[in-house]
Amino acid sequence: MTLSSLSAPVRERGTTSMSTESGAGRPDLPGTPIFDGDSSRRGLRMNKLFMSLRDAGNRERFLADEAAYCREFGVSAEQEKAVLDRDWQAMIDLGGSIFYVYKLAMMDGRSMQYLGGVFTGMGEDDFLAAMRAGGRRDG
Amino acid sequence: MAEVIWGLATSHVPSIGAAMDRGKTDDPNWKALFDGYAPARAWLAEHQPDVAIVVYNDHANGIDLDFVPTFGLGTAERYEVADEGFGRRPVPDVIGHPELSLHLVESLIDEEFDLTVFQELAVDHGFTVPLSVWTPDPGDAWPCPVIPLLVNVIQYPQPTAARCYALGQALGRAIRSYPEDITVGVLGTGGMSHQLAGARAGFINPDFDHMWMETIETDPGQLAAMSREELIRKAGSEGIELIMWLVMRGAMDDRVTKVHSDYFVPASNTAAGIALFDNRNGQPA
Repeated sequence: MTLSSLSAPVRERGTTSMSTESGAGRPDLPGTPIFDGDSSRRGLRMNKLFMSLRDAGNRERFLADEAAYCREFGVSAEQEKAVLDRDWQAMIDLGGSIFYVYKLAMMDGRSMQYLGGVFTGMGEDDFLAAMRAGGRRDG
Repeated sequence: MAEVIWGLATSHVPSIGAAMDRGKTDDPNWKALFDGYAPARAWLAEHQPDVAIVVYNDHANGIDLDFVPTFGLGTAERYEVADEGFGRRPVPDVIGHPELSLHLVESLIDEEFDLTVFQELAVDHGFTVPLSVWTPDPGDAWPCPVIPLLVNVIQYPQPTAARCYALGQALGRAIRSYPEDITVGVLGTGGMSHQLAGARAGFINPDFDHMWMETIETDPGQLAAMSREELIRKAGSEGIELIMWLVMRGAMDDRVTKVHSDYFVPASNTAAGIALFDNRNGQPA
């Protein structure tokens, strides 16, 4: 399994950052979102919403009126749309940390293999098969 | 003085804990992983320390993104097992060792590692899964008091590999300067290669993992020289959590004896590794 088909509709941030360290910027590697301070700043309200879903009472309130719950947490309009649409890639692009986004996925009964299928465009079954075959390689 | 008697490096993927909690360890997708743990578990059962230190990271359970401590240490008498959203794992809460914790905090801050101090902390799978890898059937209590040492690996910039190794070396000195004659086990958790998000999700790099497994024993300074970018490129965006193995390794002597290691793909979307090292130089294993 290779990553040769990186032309999938993956929205990621700029390609201009330096590929060195010492404060010169985060790594810019193909197909590899980096959750950095800027992502965390943009995603803070949304990530707090995801973290709140650990609590059963909050999950009930969320499911009763998802839009109202989003407004309560003060997420942006774009983030609210991503959450309501379950647009997992958009949640990552808009500052979601995968560990926080996963709280919403778990509530929906979705696995990390499901999310892997979404992020890669492979679909859950093919993604899981690739993992069981030893994982994916840079190609 | 206190002594580090062993170091255990292990993955901390939640699905490993879930497989144990749901009785799936003989399932064909899991059996080889758990078979690979058996020799380490048998040895560890014969070499119980007085205290253990678990180097781990939280995953949106004990702390959130309001505060992102680069390094933190728990000083509590007790740590609750977190409910991560699907009910807490059916494992005991963790008894701490505040006296050793406070000694470590003072020693490490004197060595200019300015740790965040946690007096209250719910511990998640990053902490409890390694305890389960060590002790599959704890009954009512884990085998000894355990101290959490947190490392930020989920928000860039993570501490450098070199800093993690240096923290481990300072941790080793701090342990050895504790006045009581107690034995300590150190667990470094996370890894091995994996990436959860992006078009590169599912990335696994067995060549890198095998190199890391070998070199963590023989020449950890070489691993400590790796940049964040190199780690993310070679081990995946979440594989960078292998830097926590370097904290464990730094706390041990330059020369250690490998007791057992094993490697398994896939545990969830990751390559799972285990490596157990005996730190009692000159003593029969």
